[in-house]
Amino acid sequence: MSKPKVIIIGAGFTGVATAHDLALRGFDVTVVDRGPIANGTSGRTHGLLHSGGRYAVNDKESAIECIEENTIPGVIEPNGGLFVAINESDMAYGEDFIEGCEACHIPIEELKPQQALKLEPNLNPNVLVAFRVPDGTFDPLRLAMSFAATAKSNGAKFKLFTEVTGLILNGQGNVTGIKVWDRTNDERYELYGDVVVNATGAWVGEITAMAGVDVPIRPTPGVMVAFDQRLTNHAINRLNKPGDGDIVLPQRQMVVVGTTSFEVQDLDYVPVIEDHVKLMLERGAELLPTIRNTNMRGAYMATRPLLGSGGSGRSISRTFKCFDHKETHGIDGLVTITGGKATTLRAMAEKTADVVCEKLNISAACTTKEVPLISYREFYRLPNDD
Amino acid sequence: MSTTKTKWTVNLKVYRKKGQKAPYYDQFTMEVDPDEYVLDAIERIWAFHDRSLTFRHACHHSTCGACGMLVNGVEKLTCITYIRDVVEDGGTIVIDPLRNFPIISDLVVDMSLFFDRMEMVGQRQVIPIAEEIVGSSQKAQSAGNGKEYLRLSDCIECGMCISACPIAATNPDYLGPAVLAGAQQSGLDKKPELLQIVDQENGLWRCHSAYECTAVCPSNVDPAWRIMDLRRQVTSQRFKRLFR
Ligand SMILES: Cc1cc2nc3c(=O)[nH]c(=O)nc-3n(C[C@H](O)[C@H](O)[C@H](O)COP(=O)(O)OP(=O)(O)OC[C@H]3O[C@@H](n4cnc5c(N)ncnc54)[C@H](O)[C@@H]3O)c2cc1C
Ligand code: SF4
Ligand code: FES
Repeated sequence: MSKPKVIIIGAGFTGVATAHDLALRGFDVTVVDRGPIANGTSGRTHGLLHSGGRYAVNDKESAIECIEENTIPGVIEPNGGLFVAINESDMAYGEDFIEGCEACHIPIEELKPQQALKLEPNLNPNVLVAFRVPDGTFDPLRLAMSFAATAKSNGAKFKLFTEVTGLILNGQGNVTGIKVWDRTNDERYELYGDVVVNATGAWVGEITAMAGVDVPIRPTPGVMVAFDQRLTNHAINRLNKPGDGDIVLPQRQMVVVGTTSFEVQDLDYVPVIEDHVKLMLERGAELLPTIRNTNMRGAYMATRPLLGSGGSGRSISRTFKCFDHKETHGIDGLVTITGGKATTLRAMAEKTADVVCEKLNISAACTTKEVPLISYREFYRLPNDD
Repeated sequence: MSTTKTKWTVNLKVYRKKGQKAPYYDQFTMEVDPDEYVLDAIERIWAFHDRSLTFRHACHHSTCGACGMLVNGVEKLTCITYIRDVVEDGGTIVIDPLRNFPIISDLVVDMSLFFDRMEMVGQRQVIPIAEEIVGSSQKAQSAGNGKEYLRLSDCIECGMCISACPIAATNPDYLGPAVLAGAQQSGLDKKPELLQIVDQENGLWRCHSAYECTAVCPSNVDPAWRIMDLRRQVTSQRFKRLFR
């Protein structure tokens, strides 16, 4: 019997992790992306492997998702993070933070100012208290490529620079495949599958619109700024409710300050707003004052695929959701997965693969918690067989 | 970056190639902010002018190594190259794919052989700070008492040193700067099997010390210095063998 075929649209974190999961469960998987791996939001992610501490007070569901998934191996700087109080408002938030972390089972260690400054001498000397958490920094492209490489080693095929231009619907309005445009050689063709997984992040609405339906997605970009010195080994978080420029991450020879939160119309090109860049310097310098003595290396943005309507971007939950469009809109053959975080990519993939299995009446257990990932470089070394 | 400052009008002359068809240049006249990066302008060509343009990019802040291209004939990491640094108002920016790699489409090159070689010499992507070998032009990067910490290594595998290398241009079998630099960082003492890989015709004796690699490296790896250091490691191993 031939393997059931799944087409995944999107080679960001969500798409590559889903490909890895489904390939392990024995599916014939094809991943299609209009650009290279991680060209969308994933490649431009800030890069914090979240402990969940950031969400422990106001968004416990995503805090728990983060701490449970906090162990992705590989291209990670696993040096921990600090939540740092600089003023009285931060101190007041500290009480809720301790309670929230306890409720979400996020291990924290309280550090006195001298201890924190000994660990990270570039911290603001006015630090009042710090909590150490299991944060890390990841390399976005290489993290995505490790999943893609492992999926490929288990038979998944990747069609990059290949844009989905339409969905193929049968007589009942169910999705049976996709129409694509290979941008490397300007060829157009069709691909058929038993299920099409829409993992296009902030762009999921453009794909579901091809089937005539809507999903509640709120694309919310944010700006980040990289500076050219590595001023810390820990991820430095402001001990307060999530706000602008309140995380500084070490990465290679840099620190990266992020982020902001705003709304846009056109997702394919979002400008980096100069005021946001200035704000990153101001806010970053509150945590690490020596940032002022470094040079800016790059300013950039990415667009969060947040779920839901109503409320401001900051107050929307960071959890993810998988839509089986048969249940939501009576359209079979199409599943949409969006929301979430880089940190929770494996869990998002597990959920999506479960939904695909259920739809096709296949019982196959998820093994991504146990199976180690192979080197990201294998993605280039392995052939892309048809 | 989007600002209220004066905009410039510049021409982007971009190398194009699709499938087996002959390559050509396309010209796009665009309004830009001089403080934008070259990659921003290229992404805007794709977003608003020509959806068929292909190029590699991911991080947009110099950590992934995907966006290396030739800008006016010089290797640049386009995500951190300001437009004002490569052109004047009314001028032309010529964008080509990297040299010394097979071209897949437009600005996209095939890096598989390069990654194969990086894997072969065991270039680590995450290095304990205590084990870093700091190049001649580098500062130690350990903030605080960095002993027990790990960090992502400097080489972002952009391939720009290979593109700029005059030896790689004439001999595709030459391992190339980043690969030899990777071997130096892996260390012959820790990985003696590397000796066979680097101490050969297309290995480290091919280098003519042109230093083009170090000049274009966006990440302070200093491959030229590392190749010289690797030569010292090899010579001292030979010397040791002589007296064994
Ligand atoms: C500013 C910012 C900072 C963040 N920081 C963090 C962080 O520190 N830690 C963390 O855990 N998470 C972070 N996140 C969240 C995380 O980056 C995202 O949740 C994640 O990258 C989303 O991945 P994705 O695969 O769903 O979407 P994407 O990476 O956007 O992937 C979607 C893909 O679909 C493709 N696509 C779209 N349309 C089509 C089409 N028609 N045909 C073919 N392909 C198509 C795109 O090319 C793209 O590659 C951050 C997000 C933002 C915006
Ligand atoms: S040595 Fe420098 S130029 Fe060469 S691949 Fe590494 S980062 Fe790029
Ligand atoms: S896009 Fe990652 S280095 Fe330029």
